[in-house]
Amino acid sequence: MEFLTTMGLEVHCELSTKTKIFCSCSTEFGGEPNTHVCEVCTGMPGSLPVLNEQVVEYAIRTGLATNCTITQYNKFDRKNYFYPDLPKAYQVSQLYLPICQNGHIDIEVNGVKKAIRIKEIHMEEDAGKLIHDPWDDCTLVDYNRCGVPLLEIVSEPDFESGEEVIAYLTKLKSILQYIDVSDCKMEQGSLRADVNLSVRPVGQTELGTRTEMKNINSFKAIARAIEGERKRQIEVITEGKKVVQETRRWDDNKGASYAMRSKENAQDYRYFPEPDLVPIEISDEWIERVRQSLPELPTEKKERYISEYGLPEYDVDIITGSKFLVKIFEKALEVCGEPKEVSNWIMGEVLRMASETGTEPEDIKFDPENLGKLILLVKKKTINRNTAKEVFEKMFTDNVDPEKYIKDNGLEMVTDDGAVLAVVKAVIEANPKAVAEFKGGSAKVKGFIVGQCMKQLKGKADPSVVNKIILEELDKI
Amino acid sequence: MLINDEMIDYISELARLKLRDDERESAKNEINKIIDYMDTLNQLDTSEIEAMSHAFPVKNVFRKDEVMPSKDRDDILLNAPDKKDGAFKVPKTFE
Repeated sequence: MEFLTTMGLEVHCELSTKTKIFCSCSTEFGGEPNTHVCEVCTGMPGSLPVLNEQVVEYAIRTGLATNCTITQYNKFDRKNYFYPDLPKAYQVSQLYLPICQNGHIDIEVNGVKKAIRIKEIHMEEDAGKLIHDPWDDCTLVDYNRCGVPLLEIVSEPDFESGEEVIAYLTKLKSILQYIDVSDCKMEQGSLRADVNLSVRPVGQTELGTRTEMKNINSFKAIARAIEGERKRQIEVITEGKKVVQETRRWDDNKGASYAMRSKENAQDYRYFPEPDLVPIEISDEWIERVRQSLPELPTEKKERYISEYGLPEYDVDIITGSKFLVKIFEKALEVCGEPKEVSNWIMGEVLRMASETGTEPEDIKFDPENLGKLILLVKKKTINRNTAKEVFEKMFTDNVDPEKYIKDNGLEMVTDDGAVLAVVKAVIEANPKAVAEFKGGSAKVKGFIVGQCMKQLKGKADPSVVNKIILEELDKI
Repeated sequence: MLINDEMIDYISELARLKLRDDERESAKNEINKIIDYMDTLNQLDTSEIEAMSHAFPVKNVFRKDEVMPSKDRDDILLNAPDKKDGAFKVPKTFE
């Protein structure tokens, strides 16, 4: 029997505000337990929340960047549940009037374009962190993350394959980074995805029973979790059993998911309007101001790079996929005005060094302007390409200034043809056998002679000039 | 709608309240009275009135995104029934 897979995603993204959503505690990641907390985010009786305006601003920005309609009359609701990660025993969220609705993100998989619809985006607060303590067999609670602002981005069940899910997440992540609302560091939990998945036999129109897999924290793990859960559900159905609607946890090490203990009544959150927070009215002017402030988004940038600079689509996809690579591209381009060169350097040396050193694009530390300078130095023939690659490695690891580094290490090309001629003459004299072979018709021995000359010139000569002089000299013999 | 025993058990479970038999009876009666009152309210025609979540005409109360010092950790943990290594200590939640 053939099966179709249907998926929807709930993505939680921590906003990169300086402070929490309802109090002025820092949102900084990695502090000592319970050092970024106050009476509000620990839910002390009598404390009152006050909304961080930046959260609303970021939510509007995200909504506009994902083609949503902005809800102009907003309020918050309480989602009630008892669990120690949430000291108030309720999460402040938006159920009835989420701030953004009915958007979409365009993806492309294997050349096929598709729009993934976004049902809604709402503002809410993150919960604290529970740490298992094996010595005392208890749980320790750290509320530093409690109250960090989150956007929950809920898609419609529009995904039919793992590739579509990954394409969507990649696009969403790059949009969120472009518009500066989140750093999207999955390893730090600032971007987390829940996958709702169901399968049904081909021909059946109504969707199968879905399960939800929570908080999977890397793209690769998501792809594996989807494949694993799809197979599991198909097996269940093929065996004549029924898929149970439940929340499952994906164990990426074991490559299997297992049902989380379903607490009875766990889904009864008894939402009601949050009485401690007043409504938010978003004016047309506010929306318009945010719209004007939006930067060029990945899709627009991609189209412009192709039409304006004539770069290959594949390269443009990779560069515009990361706002950090875009920054390198645009700053280097400003300096040297050579889009193709810059693109080639990024696709080649920059990404090679990044992968060799295990550096994520956001952690690349050389000044992008220096890449522009380096390209100009090659163009002006101050250094040759091989030297430029060496200099670049130093730029990448130690952020050196290429002009200074070249000067300090005497890497400038020998531009004096007389000096090159002297070396060529010496090499020819020292290698009579090679010269004889060349004269005898063996063209490949010329490479050896070029190599010897470049070696004596310490690689600091324009290979085309060296070649030309060698041929001239050999002709004379 | 009237609250029966089963519903009282469900609600007290959600609220994490353990009720004695007599408390259960009186809670049932009280909640039933509240629901009766809702029925009275429901007789009013509110079709022309927009739903309201707040009694005061106040909107857009915001705070600037500026960090203020957090509370001292020892103060925050002062009333914690149990603590360890600067964290609140609670019964095991993991399976």
